[in-house]
Parts: sequence; structure tokens; C-alpha cells
Amino acid sequence: MAEIHVEIDGKKVTAAAGSTILDVAKSVGIEIPTLCYMKLHNTEYKCQPASCRVCVVEVQGRRNLCPACATPITEGMVIKTTSMRVLQARKMIVELLISDHPNDCLTCNKSGQCELQDLARKAGVVNISLSGKKQSTYEVMENKAIVRDMSKCIMCRRCEKMCSNIQSVHALSGVDRGFEAVVGTSFGEPLDNTVCVGCGQCVAVCPVGALMEKDDTDAVIKALADPDKTVVFQTAPATRVAIGEEFGLEPGTDVTYKMVTALKNLGADYVFDTDYAADLTIMEEGTELIGRLTKFLNGEKTALPLLTSCCPGWVNFYESQFPDMLDLPSTAKSPQGMFGAVAKNYFAEKLQIPREKMFVVSIMPCTAKKIEAARDELKADGNPDVDVVLTTREAARLIKFANIDLANLPESDYDNPLGESTGAAVIFGVTGGVLEAALRTVYEVLEKKTLPSIEFEEVRGFEGIKVATISIAGQDINVAVAHGLGNARKLMEEIKNGNPRNLHAVEVMACPGGCIGGGGQPYHHGDGDILAARMNCTYEIDEGKPIRKSHENPAIQALYKEYYQKPGSEIAHKQLHTHYTYREKY
Amino acid sequence: MARINSCEELCNVKAKALEQQKNQKITILVCGGTGCKSSNSDMIVKNLRAALEEEHLTDRVNVTMTGCFGFCEKGPIVKILPDNTFYTEVKPEDAAEIVKQHIVNNEKVEKLLYKDQITNESIPDSKHMSFYKKQMRIALRNCGYIDPAVIEQYIREDGYQALAKCLTTLTPEEVVGMVKASGLRGRGGAGFPTGLKWEIASKYDADEKYVVCNADEGDPGAFMDRSILEGDPHCVVEAMAICGYAIHASKGRVYIRAEYPLAIKRLENAIESARAHGLLGDHILGTDFSFDIEITFGAGAFVCGEETALLHSMEGSRGEPTTKPPFPAESGFFGKPTNVNNVETYANVAQIILKGADWYRSIGTEKSPGTKVFALAGKINNVGLIEVPMGTTLREVIFDIGGGIKNGKRFKAVQTGGPSGGCLTEKDLDTPIDFDNLVAKGSMMGSGGMIVMDEDSCMPAVAKFYLEFTQEESCGKCTPCRVGTTRLLELLTLICEGKGEMKHLEELKELSEVIKDTALCGLGQTAPNPVLSTLNAFYDEYLAHVVDKKCPAGACRKLLSYRIDANKCKGCTLCARNCPNNAIEGKVKEPHVIHNDLCIKCGACMEKCKFGAISKG
Amino acid sequence: MAMDSLSKEKFEELGTYIDSLPSKKGELIRVLHRAQGIFGYLPKEVQFFVARKMDVPTSKVYGVVTFYSYFSMTPKGEHNISVCLGTACYVRGAEPVLEEFKKQLGISCNETTADGKFSLNALRCVGACGLAPVVMIGDKVYGRVTKDMVKDILAEY
Repeated sequence: MAEIHVEIDGKKVTAAAGSTILDVAKSVGIEIPTLCYMKLHNTEYKCQPASCRVCVVEVQGRRNLCPACATPITEGMVIKTTSMRVLQARKMIVELLISDHPNDCLTCNKSGQCELQDLARKAGVVNISLSGKKQSTYEVMENKAIVRDMSKCIMCRRCEKMCSNIQSVHALSGVDRGFEAVVGTSFGEPLDNTVCVGCGQCVAVCPVGALMEKDDTDAVIKALADPDKTVVFQTAPATRVAIGEEFGLEPGTDVTYKMVTALKNLGADYVFDTDYAADLTIMEEGTELIGRLTKFLNGEKTALPLLTSCCPGWVNFYESQFPDMLDLPSTAKSPQGMFGAVAKNYFAEKLQIPREKMFVVSIMPCTAKKIEAARDELKADGNPDVDVVLTTREAARLIKFANIDLANLPESDYDNPLGESTGAAVIFGVTGGVLEAALRTVYEVLEKKTLPSIEFEEVRGFEGIKVATISIAGQDINVAVAHGLGNARKLMEEIKNGNPRNLHAVEVMACPGGCIGGGGQPYHHGDGDILAARMNCTYEIDEGKPIRKSHENPAIQALYKEYYQKPGSEIAHKQLHTHYTYREKY
Repeated sequence: MARINSCEELCNVKAKALEQQKNQKITILVCGGTGCKSSNSDMIVKNLRAALEEEHLTDRVNVTMTGCFGFCEKGPIVKILPDNTFYTEVKPEDAAEIVKQHIVNNEKVEKLLYKDQITNESIPDSKHMSFYKKQMRIALRNCGYIDPAVIEQYIREDGYQALAKCLTTLTPEEVVGMVKASGLRGRGGAGFPTGLKWEIASKYDADEKYVVCNADEGDPGAFMDRSILEGDPHCVVEAMAICGYAIHASKGRVYIRAEYPLAIKRLENAIESARAHGLLGDHILGTDFSFDIEITFGAGAFVCGEETALLHSMEGSRGEPTTKPPFPAESGFFGKPTNVNNVETYANVAQIILKGADWYRSIGTEKSPGTKVFALAGKINNVGLIEVPMGTTLREVIFDIGGGIKNGKRFKAVQTGGPSGGCLTEKDLDTPIDFDNLVAKGSMMGSGGMIVMDEDSCMPAVAKFYLEFTQEESCGKCTPCRVGTTRLLELLTLICEGKGEMKHLEELKELSEVIKDTALCGLGQTAPNPVLSTLNAFYDEYLAHVVDKKCPAGACRKLLSYRIDANKCKGCTLCARNCPNNAIEGKVKEPHVIHNDLCIKCGACMEKCKFGAISKG
Repeated sequence: MAMDSLSKEKFEELGTYIDSLPSKKGELIRVLHRAQGIFGYLPKEVQFFVARKMDVPTSKVYGVVTFYSYFSMTPKGEHNISVCLGTACYVRGAEPVLEEFKKQLGISCNETTADGKFSLNALRCVGACGLAPVVMIGDKVYGRVTKDMVKDILAEY
């Protein structure tokens, strides 16, 4: 690629053609603040509307200031990023933004993580001289997962870009115009009436407090304070590689057992692992896959490919978008759902307490899990299997609330028996992991011999759609993995149009990167390296596990022996499986 | 309708049309522009035809409904050829008299003749009208002359000859070269060289390219493009085809305001008949060149005049501008190389091809060759559409062509460039109008709206008027425009309501400059121009609002107060009876008093007073 | 809201129109123009129908409808009054005329009278600046309108 020479703040720099001023500045350590701009490498996410105008810089010979994020460099360009003209303009732009923003930082849940707040400090905004009478005010819109307070929206459109371009959900659009312009749902309908799947990726990219997860920490605090409740925690695979970030640890630090200590210190009666339920999921889902494959191999009619069903965003997506393909997904509940069922049935019986007295709290990387937990299919006599779902961020908030410094805690083991898990379970947290875990089991069950190589490299990594062919029992099994619902849609359209790749099993995770990039995880603030670090850490945990195949988990084997008989049994179906309904949405 | 398959056939059609024109001794032209049509010019045509029928004159006299004559102030206009008699403010019931007196008896109808503003003498024909004397018509050459619905009339006036010339004697590069050499600059606003635009678009390789005509004229008070499309739609069709040939595009699109029903109708008709005559479609004039045009409707968003916004709107999306580069010439309509010009720009192209770049360069100024169409409006005697060579001074336009200020009032300012432009004053009147001079004076050419203001216009209020417009029309995408124009408007409102402080004037200036420097598109970048130019030229007036809490022009209601002169008041009670808010008190035959706390400043009392006892200030 | 204004026939007409398009790509605004022509306005049922039929997200349709001032989500009155507030009309006194209409009708801009007879809106330049100030009711243009004329103009309807 051609090289281009520019001068930036007096430094001579050579850079590749096509680079922007922002890229060049970054390469030589010059910081230009941005707000609407966000690029998440490792994924296809890019938001570059050049609309906030915070990153404007001076380019010699140009009449107006230029947005650094969207201005490609040209030969001989002379750029100033800190002239008084630039700084004054930037300050005024931040003032303008704040003049239309509620000043409620004291009570805003985003405080401390807010990019506008940061920017105000950096730009030296101490008072807003502009009269700013008119304020955008909107009613707060919320469902079980997401709270939208558009009065705080700064129109960066990151959420809309994410929802439309990456997720292809299109729940959001720019609405109205001019000062009234805002990001909204169709007809201003409540989220539950829209195609929103609750994945929370909009929340993950929102720079301010306009989009937040619904905070349920209070309900957990109440339960912990209630002596009548047996409070049971479960922690999802992807939380252990991310929650450390909230306590100042490097991204990709494994804090599994510190997290257990923290929850116990909070007063949890039992701290269990969702990984345990992930192994159980593989048993149920794997058996279903084996069943369908066997039928297929025998030339019988069956629904293929089997679609994974552990991601609630994905489940909501196909329920509203692909009504005529609802026979494809596995009927197995998600690990969270299975854990809840096991806890409130098997374990409650074991403890000899009524299920109403047990209070199950999930720590999830996900906002959609909150919606999943509220599904009727995950309730018995109106009592939910999972009472409250906290995202990783809320869990950190709760731990901080109790003045616990997670980073410096000793480690503790999970409680038994719902705490034992394999390496196959922890990789549920990354894209490709569920399928890899399933293959590890399905291969051995069908081949009746040990896997020669346990790692399925083809389904790992950040590529949007990954495809692999594995020979099992003399038959080529074609599998595909998609992460990000936009990629999922592409696969689904392909399958709808005749499944030309002859796929047998498909894994989908709604969020880019899988659960490690979940909508409830600590904010990545556009740093794609964070996702990579979480991914690497996940695979390291897998490697370090003595048992790495779900069907070898002794606790799961015991559970079947003791309670569920065998995978796919009648009772297993009743408690561990679900069904899907078409939901027409705006 | 016969297809025209070669240049010879085109010439034959032209010859036949000329012959037909010659056979009809007299032509009565009736203006069918939106303005005159709304004053019932359709009925005039009908009545004229009926009267001619009665007199058995139909074979000798032709009645043609044309596009706009430009002299909208005195519409409806009827013009009679060959002697150029110019009748103004004609009513349907005048038709019989025109036929009887003018056609049969060969005597002009005195009462319908245009009277000179100063001498009040009747002017016998349009050649002697000062309104037309200084004009030069290139883009408007056929407006008010041909029937836009009849393609043969356009062909008669050398229509499609330029296209024929391009297709048979010029290479695409030569066409681009001619347009470049002519120095034609885009008439839509900033004046980007048209030839250069074509050249860039021609150089990109793509399976598909587009020629787009921007007919989303949205400046309040501007109607140049509408008049061209209504009066001479074929000139745009022809130029787009020429552009298609030059940049290797086979598809054209006109993006037109849905609020222009007549222009849409005439354009649709022109496209259809061009297609039927083989002047659009496959193998135009029997050559290998194929080109066709579709119409896309705007839906009421001023920002769609900005080319990237326009393209997004054409794609069926929200008309939000995107940052440039990439320019449309590289990545435009659905990502394909696209050339966007406005209506008036295209209207010049055929003449340049036919008469040559040197001819075009000989008109106007060195850096802005050619002519410019302006929509003259506001407090001026001759509201209308004019076309003058670049370099004509504002004074000539306003006082010679425009006939000066209405009701003998004093000229105060002229706003050019619509909401993106600025106000020019007395001292700028002798500035030759061209793209660069107007920018140097803090305004801009814009699409050609020219609004004249007199001593009754309050300049902060005018700035506020324009800000209301841009604030409402902002797409809301970028911060400086979305929030910035709102804050500007708030500041101007405070000032106009007498709540302004000195610091507000400073804020107004600082904010304006930042918006200008940082907004994403042309709409935002130019939105503060009306503020900055009035601040600059009429700072005293701002001071009067802020310091003295007075509006010198007497236009800002909140700063007005009405007073009754006790010496003049006869106590007739008329004012008190007409006050809608019972703010006036007084006994019969005694001087009355206005209670300012109750007065809503409607001015009803002042209008009613027969003794001139009430004044405002 | 009268549901008969959303009759099956109208949806069929719109559906036929959409099916007749050679390509749906980029034609959303064209279709919305047509839909508004058929229904008189664009309620959410119509937008949802268009979204489904055109295979575009409903949110996009709503985003487009709310962006352009030509599209309306509420039914217009039997007679739609448009007062031109273009610059030419403004400097020649269009504002008091608009105020008078508001006063006489008791509604604001973009509203419809309770009896559904009139709706009022301000628009920017109809291009008849020679007649400024201009008011349009339906297709009829009134030129050189003063506030005293408002009452008589309304009386015509």
C-alpha cells in the first residue's frame, strides 16, 4: 500500500494510504478525544458517523476544521491537534452537548464510566455559559433487561449502528430530526413489543448513561438480608474472565475463585457454577444432536441443522425473525435455565426446603438472560427457577457496595454438588465453544473411542462465520459457528434457501465474540484487545482443567444416576427442555 | 409520435416546427407558471381560444401556454408576438377584449399595458421594460416563449441539437473538456466547477454510474429551478443525457420536491415525450448511446439539497448528510459514481455545447462566467425571476430591474443565498455579483434567492427568522447544528424579546464561529451566516435591542409600546372599542390612555385611529 | 380513529402497487408517498404493512416517516390550510396571517380542528412569491392575503 507523509503537531509521520488523521495521531501517541467514533477490531463493528465533532483538528489549507476520525490523510498534510482554534471549538462542542444533557451525574449509574463526563473534564468545561433552556426530555423506557433514558442521549448512534449493522436486529432507528432527533424504537413502542432481543450490545457501546442494564442489585440485597431465603448463586463461564477488570485487574485475568470468595463474603448460602449446568446442557443437547444425526444417517426425516439454544438473545431473535424454522433449534434449555431447574427441583428437594424459599441469583455476562429468566417456560407454578439475574457489571457493583476488594481476596472453591465442571463448559463463554464442547462429547459417544485431538481450532477465533467438517463414524458432519446476530442472519437465510453447505449443527452467539463480549460485561470502551484477552484466558482455563469433556463430569454422571436417569428422559424433558413460539414484533 | 433516429431527422422536425410557426402570424403567449396559474391563467387561455373561435381566427392566431415570464409581480402575464406587446394583471374576462381590440382591430389594450414605475407611462412592449433591459437569458431562454408540453417547440429552438452534436461529433472527453473550458460553476450553492465534477466522475470505472439532477430547491423565497422545470423541462433532460454521455452513465435521476406538482407534471411529460421520440432510451438518435431518466420525489427536508443527503434520500433513507470524502463522484447513489448538479447548472449545458466555451466565457466575470438566475422577492416593486450576466451589480438588480423598494421606502439590506447567506447593505450595492465577491462580503450565491428588505425590517429578527428555518430543518446528526443552532435561536429570541444582555452578543458571535468551523455539512456550516453578517453590518441594531431595549425598525413586538398623543386624541373611543384586550381607557371626548401592561401590541388601535394620534416605538 | 379509513381495499391497492415495482431497492420513500396518497396519512398499521411488504425494518420506515415533514402520522382535515412562511411571504407579513388562522380555528400548526374540517400548517415557499403572502387551501392558492381576509376565506368552506 502506498505510503503517505504528513506532519502532525510538528512531527513528521509516514503512514499507509487510507489511514485517517486519528489513526496517524494514535500511532505517534497523540491523543485526540472522540465520542461518536467507535471501532471494535476483532469484530466488524465500526461507528464513524463523524457527527459529534469532538475530534475536530486543524488541517492547513482547509477552510473548516476536520473530524480526525473520518478524514483520510493526504500527501503533505499538515495537521494541528491542539491549536487554540481547535481547543476552543472542542470545548464549545462539549458545552453544547452538556447543555442538552441532564446534570445528574451524582445518581447516574454510568458515572465514572461515562465518556462525556471524561470529556468534559478533559476539555476543561467548568460551567455552561450557553443559555440552554431547551432540553431534550423523553420518558424512560425499560423492560426486564434494558433501561433507555433518551434524555441522556447524545446522538452518537453507536447503539443504532450496533443494533442494525452488526446485529441486524433493527430495533432502533434515528427518529425525528433536528433538535428533537433521537434514537428510538418503531412508533416509540416499548422494547418488548419490538424486535429487540435484549442482547444489550447497545448498552455495551453507549458512551453515556442513556442505555443501561436494568439494575437488579437491590432485589439481591433484600434476599441476602432475608433470613428465610436460601440464596444460591450461579456464575456464568464468561464472567470469571471479565469481572476482574472492574477491580483494576488486567483484562483476561482469571478470577474464578476470588469471585466465589466475594459472593460468599456477601452472604451467599451456596455459590455454584453455571459451568456445571453447561456440562449438563451438552448431555441434553448432544443427545438431541446424536438423535437427529442418527435419524439422518438412517435416511429418516429430521430437522437439521440443529441450532444451539443456549443464547437468549439468539432465541429471541429466531422466535421473531424465523417463525417457520422453529423446529431447528435444540429444545434444551440454556445452562442458566438448566441450573435453575436443577437448583429448585433436585437441590431444593435435597435441602428439603420449598422452592419458594430458595432464591437463585445468576451472575451473567448478559442482559438478555434477565428476559430469559422471566419466561413462563422457566417457571414452576409461577415461581421462577432463577429469581434474579445480575450482569457482570451489576455483580461488581454489588461486591463494591459491600466494600469487598475482589482483586485482593483469597480464593475459595465452589460449593458442591452443583459446582463441579469441565473444560468443555468454560468454553461456552467464547464463540465456537458450545459447538466444540458438543463435538468433544458427540464424537466420543458415536465413535465410542477417545478423541485424538481435543481442540477444534477451526471453530475458534473471531471470524464472523466459521465452518468446519468433522468426520464422525464415517460420516462428514458439517458445522458452522456464527457470532453477532448479523452473521447469524446470513447463516439462517442460507439455511432457509436450501442449506447448500449441508450443515448439520450450527452454534450461534448473539454477541460479537460470544459471551465474553456480552452486553452485561464490563465496558470495553472500544478496545477490541480486551475481548481477545478474555478469549485467551477462557481457553487457558479449559487447558488447565483435569477433565475437559462434559460427559466425563462425575457430578453430572451422578445427577443422572440419582435424578434424571438419562439424557432425554421424561423428567429431563420436563425440567431441562423448553419450546419456542413465534412472536410478531415491530 | 415518430421516433427520431438520426440527426437529419432531428433537423427535419426542427424545420417543420419553424414552418408551422411561420404560418401562424400571431402568437399569444400566456404565462403558465405556478404564480400566474394560481391567478387563473388557465381560464385566460380558455377564454382567448373561445374568442378566437368566435372570430374565426384560430388558423392565424396561436395561443400558447408557456413557462414563467419572470415578472411575477404583475401576473398573470399575456404577451403577444411578433410585436412583443406585454399585458399585465390580465383577468379571464379581459380575453375577449384582447382578441377584439388587439387582434381584430390592431389596437393595443391600453389598460392592460405595463406602466412604468416612475413615469407612469404605458410601455408598449417588453423590449422597453426596464425589468427586461438588463437581463440576459441563457438558462431561461425558452421560459415564457415555448410551450413546455410540446417537444417540437423545444426542438424548433435548437433543442436536442447539442445532444446530437455530442453523440455524433464529440468524444466524451471532448464534452467534459468543453464544459471545463466554459468555466461553468455549479448554480446550486458553492459554485464548484461543473466540468471538474464531470471529469472526476468520468474517471471512475464502474458497471453503473448515475447522473442526478438536484431539483430539491428548498430555500424559502427561491423558485428558479421550479420555473425552469415548468417552463423548459427539456433543457434539463437534454443536459442530463449529455452528462450521461460525458461520464459514461446510462441512468439519470431527478430528485424533485413533492411540493412542486406542476413542475413534476411537466417534467414527467417531457421525459415521456423524449422517450417516445427516441431522445431518451436505447440507441438515442440511432447511436450506441443509451440513457434514461427516472424521477424521485423529495418529501420535505431542506437538508436534502445537500448532495450526500439527497443521495441517501434517493436511496429511500433518512436524508442525513455523510462526511466527504468519499465524494459522490466516487461513491454516490448506492455506492456508484454519481454526478450531481442542480437544475440551473444543467440548463446552461446545451447552450455551451452549441455556442462554445469561448462564447460562454465572454459572458459574466472571469472567475464566474455566464449568467445567474435570481428570484427577486421581498419589499421590492418587481418581484420575479430574472437572469443577469455575472458581474451585474446589486444596485442594477434591485433598482433597475427590480424597480426599487416598495412604497417608496428606504433600502436597508438584501439577503442573498437564502438561509445560508448573509445580508448585504447599502455599501455593498455596487459589488458586481459573482460567487467569490459574495463570499468575500460574508454572504454567498446560494441557489439564487434574493430577498430585499426595507427600513421596516428588523435585522436581528431577520437573523432569527433564518435561524428558525435552519434549526427546524437541521437533520440533527452533528452536534454543532443540532444543539448549536438551537442555542443560537434561543439567544436571538432573548435579544428580540428585550431580555438580551451584552454577554449574549459575544456568545452569539463565538457560537456562530464554532458552528461555521465544525458543522458536518453545508447546511450547518452556513447556518450562522445570517447571524454573523447582521451582527457585522447592523451591530447598532443589536445594541439597541440589548441596551436600550428598543427595536429601531419597530418590528419586534415585545419591544414595542404604543402611545396616544393627548394633543391629537379627540376621544372618539374607536381605539378602545377595537382593542381586543381592553387595554385602552378613556372617556368620550377626552384623551385616551393605553395601559402597557395589558397591551398585546397587535396594532389594531393604530390602524383604526383616524387622527394619527397613536404612535409606536 | 376511524378504522374504515384503513379499509382492506386500501391495503390491497397499496400491496398491488408495491408488487408492481420492478425493484423494491431504494423505493421506500416512493411507496410512502403512494401510501399517504391512498390513506391520507401514515398510521402505524400502514407503516408496518409497508415494512413487511418491502422487506425493510419497521424501525427504518418509522425513522424515514418522522424525518420528512411531508409525511404525516395523523389524518389531515378535510381542507388543509398551508400558510407560506417563505422569506418573501415572511417579509410581506405572513406571520400575522398565520396567527389569525390559528386564532380563528383555535388550533396550532400541524393540528386538525375537532370537527375534522380544517388542518393548519406552515410551509416554506410554494414559489408564488409574486403573490406574497400566499395561503394554499387544498390546491387553491390565495395571494396577497391579509389578516382581515382570513375570516372570509374560511367562510368559503
